[in-house]
Amino acid sequence: MEIQLRVRRYDPESDPAPHWDEFRVEAEPSDRVLDLLHQVKWYQDGTLTFRRSCGHGVCGSDAMLINGRNRLACEYLVKDAGSRVTVEPVRGMRVIKDLLVDMDGFWDKYRSVMPFLVNDEVPTDGLERRQSPEERDRFEDTSKCIMCGACTTGCPSFWSNPDYVGPAAIVNAHRFIFDSRDTAAEERLEIMADADGVWRCRTIFNCVEACPRGINVTRAIMEVTREVSGTGHG
Amino acid sequence: MTDASARPRVRIHDLDAVVVGAGGAGLYAALELKRNLGPEARIGVISKLYPSRSHTGAAQGGVCAALGTTEEDHWEWHWFDTVKGGDYLVDQDAAEVMCHDAVETIINLEHLGMPFNRTEEGRIDQRRFGGHTRNEGEAPVRRACFAADRTGHAILQTLFQQCIRLDVAFYDEYQVLDLQMPDGPDGRVTGVVALQTSTSEIHSFRAKAVLFATGGFGKIFKVTSNAHTLTGDGVAIAYRRGLPLEDMEFFQFHPTGMYKLGFLLSEAMRGEGGFLVNGEGERFMERYAPTMKDLASRDVVSRSIYQEIAAGRGVNGKDFVHLDVRHLGAQVLNEKLPDMSGFIRTYFGLEPLTDLVPIQPTAHYAMGGIPTDIDGRVLADEGGRAVPGFYAAGECACVSVHGGNRLGTNSLLDILVFGRRAGIAMADEVRAAEAPVADRAAEAGVTTTRDELLARPDGERPAVIRAELAEIMFSHCGVYRTAALLGECRTAVRALAERAAHVVVQDKGRRYNTDLADALELGFLLDCAEATVASAAARTESRGAHARDDFPDRDDVDWLKHTFAFRDAAGGTPRLAYKPVTITRFPPKPRVY
Ligand SMILES: Cc1cc2nc3c(=O)[nH]c(=O)nc-3n(C[C@H](O)[C@H](O)[C@H](O)COP(=O)(O)OP(=O)(O)OC[C@H]3O[C@@H](n4cnc5c(N)ncnc54)[C@H](O)[C@@H]3O)c2cc1C
Ligand code: FES
Repeated sequence: MEIQLRVRRYDPESDPAPHWDEFRVEAEPSDRVLDLLHQVKWYQDGTLTFRRSCGHGVCGSDAMLINGRNRLACEYLVKDAGSRVTVEPVRGMRVIKDLLVDMDGFWDKYRSVMPFLVNDEVPTDGLERRQSPEERDRFEDTSKCIMCGACTTGCPSFWSNPDYVGPAAIVNAHRFIFDSRDTAAEERLEIMADADGVWRCRTIFNCVEACPRGINVTRAIMEVTREVSGTGHG
Repeated sequence: MTDASARPRVRIHDLDAVVVGAGGAGLYAALELKRNLGPEARIGVISKLYPSRSHTGAAQGGVCAALGTTEEDHWEWHWFDTVKGGDYLVDQDAAEVMCHDAVETIINLEHLGMPFNRTEEGRIDQRRFGGHTRNEGEAPVRRACFAADRTGHAILQTLFQQCIRLDVAFYDEYQVLDLQMPDGPDGRVTGVVALQTSTSEIHSFRAKAVLFATGGFGKIFKVTSNAHTLTGDGVAIAYRRGLPLEDMEFFQFHPTGMYKLGFLLSEAMRGEGGFLVNGEGERFMERYAPTMKDLASRDVVSRSIYQEIAAGRGVNGKDFVHLDVRHLGAQVLNEKLPDMSGFIRTYFGLEPLTDLVPIQPTAHYAMGGIPTDIDGRVLADEGGRAVPGFYAAGECACVSVHGGNRLGTNSLLDILVFGRRAGIAMADEVRAAEAPVADRAAEAGVTTTRDELLARPDGERPAVIRAELAEIMFSHCGVYRTAALLGECRTAVRALAERAAHVVVQDKGRRYNTDLADALELGFLLDCAEATVASAAARTESRGAHARDDFPDRDDVDWLKHTFAFRDAAGGTPRLAYKPVTITRFPPKPRVY
């Protein structure tokens, strides 16, 4: 089938203003939107710019706004997208070129929540730390995050306040706050209790809808919030 | 171009050690460098992708170690399986190190925060995987540690997170294009030269030790489980610098790629009880491997699928068979194999609980690569001379622990064990080495390459050549090979390389020029393909993943040896040399599963 692909373009090296381009691409219904972008880049217009790597939804490179919703281009099939497909960069981050945005602030926020296990004691028997399947289940959901940014860049609270740490960073804080092996929950909750921390969440649920990993982001934020209030950080 | 001339031509970074690649191998090495050299040490990790995008994150099923948490197991059994799985081309001293170190390495990884699945007793849970057996082949054994079916994701996250904790410096979205070797192939490696993607500026990283951990090159094949970015950059750079590539003819085709797409459906689907059926509904692996059946090693299963298809027993006479996981039930599929089930639903629109899944072998893993010793030191020749200052680890390297065919879960183990060992060895070298000498010629060379590509007004598109390369490599240098096929393939690859010298980069800008990256990666792919085809054409036997229709038997008299391929600087056929296999414990035996 023939697809009409509309792409929001921006390259300040050639034109200070963004504009729309339209391409016609032959595709199978089972092709992905990433295939459409590749067809354009490889055979029609080599200047079209976007990030991608794995091609099947595990590396988090290609979150973009497709037909008005945040999705991974490699996971969204032509048969679902229809014969007119509109692609734009995600919102709330500085666009560098076409679909590629500046991720620096996003990574800074990730780093700010101490996204690493803190525990310098190891079992004296020389083996692994013990953790029950139930204890592990507490953070299973949030350990799936691939940091594509679909949740944060789909969040109205983030659009209106770019300093908000954002759902992705909270998900990664959750990953460690609820890990029975970790010893730094207090410090992390302190960070989460900041004015630009969990309180900014307005439970709009865009993040849950946007997450390509099916993480229940809002639930994770609420669990962290409860923990923050419960421990007197509120 | 106007403001470009005002900028400094090359930006210089002086570091103690440079790690190229932020997958599991690179990150573990960086961690050990920091741990061993202390917080003041200047350790840089250069990666063309953000670290968390590395393809280690795509690994699914597990990482093995003979922990014996769920049943009896011994690292010596693992050692035997690795040697047999590799069809006796494995260097047994290296495999001994890997299987022995595995246990401690996995425990260390847990201490770093790895979210392994757990047993009821709270220990690391383990499951079955192809080729891993109890007591040298008696029955399958539970040796694969896992985090659902996203083990690689969990490993990558854990190591990246600990690198953040130790304040490793990351240079994200820089593509390394050359090594600094001011005294040529006989001298030291003193750094790398990289192109910063965001600006197209050239950066010179000088260091006392350099590690390549740049991953594989599966993109030389059309149907592959590998990421778009796995283009063999590091492997090709070493080759261009006159260093050898070892055992390039051994490329693993994984039996269960999603039909036409190539994405992997983990062996864990069979480890948990799934099996293959042909077009007649028969569980055909029972005929080819009576004991291990669907869990025979990957090369065996992939060839069996090809034979079924050749005999007209593909599904509807086509070139695929079915994977049946319907009987595993909702709990196993959703809890232990959630991502796999998701792939099947998303990309095929099928329901694994009720539908059969179309699969075909997919190009998956490079057993070959840059030759190293057991501490990651790169070897300059088949005699074992090490290149001072230069290390390689992970899929881009060949230690060799996988020989002719890698066992499932042994690659994640390889990147951990040898990434770690390389980091420790590099720390020692950094302590002793003198300040690095810059390689101005390398800096100038990379600058010229960039400028010429950007200046060329017209030519063929790189993607056209890349597609033709992938097509011919898959059809002519794939699961089954013959002298005739390889001869045609070699001629075709050479012709493609000539065309590649004239490609056009349409994007003439400096900002995030991914079109330029595509053109550069095409060159790397072609070099990897050249070495692969030449090594395959010379090896007139069948061993592991290298199956010659015209030489169907393994030949231990003439071919129990490693290939070392050297590039011909004048553009002719690569020179091939050979190195004996190290056999310490297990004498070669026929391989039956
Ligand atoms: C789908 C899939 C599933 C798998 N499942 C398993 C499994 O269950 N168990 C198992 O043991 N193995 C598995 N494997 C194999 C295993 O995942 C890989 O072999 C391993 O992760 C490779 O790790 P690495 O660190 O060597 O490289 P990678 O993780 O591939 O990282 C390469 C790094 O190099 C960087 N890089 C490359 N070129 C350049 C350049 N020119 N300049 C700068 N940086 C560069 C990249 O940015 C990246 O950071 C699987 C592989 C695939 C594809
Ligand atoms: S390309 Fe990796 S998530 Fe889409």
